[in-house]
Amino acid sequence: MITEKFPSRLLENAVNEFAKLPGIGRKTSLRLVLHLLKQEKSEVELFGNSLIQLRTEIKHCKVCYNISDSETCNICSNPNRNSEEVCIVENIKDVMAIENTQQFSGLYHVLGGIISPMDGVGPSDLEINSLIERVKSGEVKEVVLALSTTMEGDTTNFYIYKKLKDLNVKISTLARGVSIGDELEYADEITLGRSIKNRLDFESTLSQ
Amino acid sequence: MYIKNLSLVNFKNFEEADLKFSANLNCFIGNNGAGKTNLMDAIFYLSFCKSFISSIDGLNIMHDQDFFVIHGRYHRLENEENIYCGLKRGQKKHFKRNKKEYKKLSEHIGLLPLIIVTPSDMNLILGGSDERRRFLDSIISQYDQVYLDNLIRYNRALLQRNKLLKQFAADRFYSEESLEVWSDQMVHYGKLIHEKRVEYLQKLQPIFQHYYELISSGKERIEMVHESKLYDHDFAELLKESIPKDRLLQYTSVGIHKDDILFNLGDYPIKKIGSQGQKKTYLVALKLAQFDFIKDLSGMTPILLLDDIFDKLDKYRVEQIVKLVADDHFGQIFITDTNREHLDQMIEEIEADFKIFQVNDGTVNEVTK
Ligand SMILES: [Zn+2]
Repeated sequence: MITEKFPSRLLENAVNEFAKLPGIGRKTSLRLVLHLLKQEKSEVELFGNSLIQLRTEIKHCKVCYNISDSETCNICSNPNRNSEEVCIVENIKDVMAIENTQQFSGLYHVLGGIISPMDGVGPSDLEINSLIERVKSGEVKEVVLALSTTMEGDTTNFYIYKKLKDLNVKISTLARGVSIGDELEYADEITLGRSIKNRLDFESTLSQ
Repeated sequence: MYIKNLSLVNFKNFEEADLKFSANLNCFIGNNGAGKTNLMDAIFYLSFCKSFISSIDGLNIMHDQDFFVIHGRYHRLENEENIYCGLKRGQKKHFKRNKKEYKKLSEHIGLLPLIIVTPSDMNLILGGSDERRRFLDSIISQYDQVYLDNLIRYNRALLQRNKLLKQFAADRFYSEESLEVWSDQMVHYGKLIHEKRVEYLQKLQPIFQHYYELISSGKERIEMVHESKLYDHDFAELLKESIPKDRLLQYTSVGIHKDDILFNLGDYPIKKIGSQGQKKTYLVALKLAQFDFIKDLSGMTPILLLDDIFDKLDKYRVEQIVKLVADDHFGQIFITDTNREHLDQMIEEIEADFKIFQVNDGTVNEVTK
């Protein structure tokens, strides 16, 4: 590692913090910090405060566990959305991808990951129990499994299916135009939109 | 399909070579170390974009030179194909078909089907079960993309299940439910893979036996026996029963990843009781069966390279092999041998067109008949 001699400890601290970000090396970090130093004080305050606010005030929606500003997110609190359909996704990026297609009017349930022992993620690390409770409470008529088609996504789908199959709920999954191993967020909008509209009964896909 | 011309520059011990081949039989004659196998390797290179000897491309450049070129002219499906491979030290290798560079080398594989038999293939017989599984899997995968996908998925589920077993041991924690979901996936894909392995082995077996009988004149009974617990047990039950053992071992001890294919001579493994000659015959018969599969699949007759396989085979078997591959069923054949007399005798008896090349320490010349 390069050991620069910084003329200021304050400068060094800031460079160290930026360099912790993914994809930012020490050179880029120094460039960003020097850039901020040239800005108006108020600009930099705005920048700093937005980060502090983000971290301290952000909430997870108590219904769908998506990232939200309020106790209940915009989607869950929208009366025009169909609360009988719940789409199961891995993370907020998937919510954004599906919202972009404008083909789904139900609600979501954000798991916060997929089952993968290699990454140290087991079922209890995900919002699966909260999903079961949500289904048991009765309002949900259909659960749409929309996880990636990787082995881990598939396995998580299957795990959830086994947990829900004896409850009174329809379980479906995306009709896939995307090939095996593709992640959901990389599927193009039209394909994704079409696959969520033409979703399939999950059980019928198991024998394939 | 056959290769008409091969030219080399600075490839291994050949500073320059320019060869015109027979569409049938071609023989490279020379002492050990003269470079016969290097010529085979050049032909292999043009089919698979790599050497069958060294995995580091740079090692194929002649000592003290900074590049090599392999260029082949082929006759393929009524067209001429020009295949070029060039490598400069420290640079990426260039591979061109009719002067057009490939974006990905994988696009080229399969264009010029080729089967090679080399002494190192003996690992198939002498090595562990994974060598034989890989051989079978590669034959089926060439036919069946779904099989390959299933195999990849099975192996991924296996990897995750093993990881989980390790975590259980490390964290002194156990969840049957977490393990089961991976077992279920292994069962799903494992059963599909098992069915295909059974099906393809049944297809492969008679072809293989046919070739073995032709080479050895039918004196010996041979058989490939697929050893898998899935024949008489339910895979899901097996996995369930092995949980205590698997937790102790921290890996999955049962499944299609433990299959073996026993190569038997009579009732015993050829590895244990076979002579050198019998083992070689076995290997050649296996490869010729693979040849038939590829021929069927690609709709083209693959090029066949028999590298140094006659050593330790009796005269009868050598003659049988040469007669066999000179038949119309096979197309272009390349053979290496150290013994000219040996070869002359064999060739006298066949009718196919042939060429003989004398290889001496980095030079190669056609021998006039
Ligand atoms: Zn919500």
